[in-house]
Amino acid sequence: MQSEMPVADFPPKVSVGDFSAALWDPDAETPEGLIGPDGAIAPKRFSVYRNNVIVSLCDALGQTFPAVTNLLGEDYFRALARAFVAEHPPSTPVLMWYGDMFADFIESFPPLQAYPYVPDVARLEWAWVSAYHAADATPLDPAAIGAVSPDEVGQVRFERHPAAAVLVSRWPVWDLVRINRFDPSAKIEIDLHEPQSVLITRPEFEVEVLLLRPGGDVFVNALMDGATLGGAAAAAGAQVPEFSLSDVLSDCLANGVFSDLRTA
Amino acid sequence: MSVQPSRSQRVDAAIPARAGAGLKAEHIREILDSGADIGFFEVHAENYMGAGGMPHRQLEAIREKYPLSLHGVGLSIGGEQPLDAEHLKRLAALNKKYEPGLFSEHLAWSTHDTTYYNDLLPVPYDKATLDRVCDHIDEVQEVVGRKMLLENPSTYVAFQQSTMSEIEFLKQITKRTGCGLLLDVNNVFVSCTNHERSPEEYLADFPITDVGEIHLGGHAPDRDDEGRPLLIDAHDREVDDAVWKLYESVIRENGSLPTLVEWDNDVPAWPILLAEAQAADRILEQAREPDLKRAV
Repeated sequence: MQSEMPVADFPPKVSVGDFSAALWDPDAETPEGLIGPDGAIAPKRFSVYRNNVIVSLCDALGQTFPAVTNLLGEDYFRALARAFVAEHPPSTPVLMWYGDMFADFIESFPPLQAYPYVPDVARLEWAWVSAYHAADATPLDPAAIGAVSPDEVGQVRFERHPAAAVLVSRWPVWDLVRINRFDPSAKIEIDLHEPQSVLITRPEFEVEVLLLRPGGDVFVNALMDGATLGGAAAAAGAQVPEFSLSDVLSDCLANGVFSDLRTA
Repeated sequence: MSVQPSRSQRVDAAIPARAGAGLKAEHIREILDSGADIGFFEVHAENYMGAGGMPHRQLEAIREKYPLSLHGVGLSIGGEQPLDAEHLKRLAALNKKYEPGLFSEHLAWSTHDTTYYNDLLPVPYDKATLDRVCDHIDEVQEVVGRKMLLENPSTYVAFQQSTMSEIEFLKQITKRTGCGLLLDVNNVFVSCTNHERSPEEYLADFPITDVGEIHLGGHAPDRDDEGRPLLIDAHDREVDDAVWKLYESVIRENGSLPTLVEWDNDVPAWPILLAEAQAADRILEQAREPDLKRAV
């Protein structure tokens, strides 16, 4: 005989790749070579790992998205989380960073098309967890703006605090998150026709979620994009006649949206 | 001019040969308010890899009052691919920031390709795996700049391809890398039950002089396809009586060692977890008594 016959390894070798492929595919056979104490292949034992992986990742999502869980109900959420995990498994062992694509996934999830406000609830919860873990920074002293000379105030630009974010929404996302997470006993009439944009900040260690006043989303987003105070106020006023610069600016300063300002 | 030591607010880093508890965020306020009398706390490193905020503030408050043990759960030391260099840097940074008295990781893998599975998955005990694990541990100890402890796993399946026992595998690792071991007595009981071996014999063979820390935790009972007992390392309840017995014999024969009680799922109220730690402390105290008598 000129060449060796192709003979499978004995005992069979199970690589990490073989193990993970079978782990990820619920219909896959247990890899040959993974055995119980009798030396026989052990499917139920293998399924402990399969179950640990899925359950623990769904649990991690549940911890980040409690309002989405309440909105959809525990069973529906688990099914949704399973579908998400299968398509977007984590790529980092730091699970506080897992779930950034969950809102977009919900938005494109066909069975949830009739509930178009759910993705924004997920976006708000993602912003919350991002703010919770953001870098520490001292918020700008509200008095700092008063120290700027009146003829320079319009030219002021702000440095965004690392925890600050704006969520612009067509839906009553603030009411939905309050009733499903932060204030479940509150008597809130949800009006699905009421758009609510929110500000997420963490002046010290507690995350604050604040309903933005009219035009506040345009104004704060413009400032975060580097616009001057005068430019941002003009943009917000042009789009939203009820915009009140003094009210929105004092909300921002009281809640630590900025960490610094410059006049140049 | 006096030289101020850095971190002067913190207690000494060294972990005493007492009982400690896994730190849970929901317990922190009560722990600090009550000034809980406990030897140390252990945290999962991955929970403190955010940039800032409450978790770091709370951990610093704990670290000021208690020694800390840093326990990684996601490095994938048993994996077939190179270690995640960014993750290793984060572990090194946490070691520097909090000065933990002990630093440990697992004999397991959890990442393959780009996917992190969030479970401690098993490795075969053969030469190729041994070489790989030793290379990875060398790299960890070099980058982090300290000795690490490697924890014995809970396993549900065995690999037919294994050519040595788990103990032999662990002994080879400590000999080649100089790392220490974290002896998880619950894992010993879980794995020995699952593979129908004697936990007493396993412990008698265990290289106890390399052990820097002991873990205790709860497991969940189940059955395999043939109806054999299958124990799951669930960390969701009290330490089992059988595990307490094994632990007691380890301590009686070898003396006191820092001992952590883990409770990660269905986390109870703080007094219940503290009571588990106090139960371990009583066993540790019994082992110390002969020394005290000799000293007198």
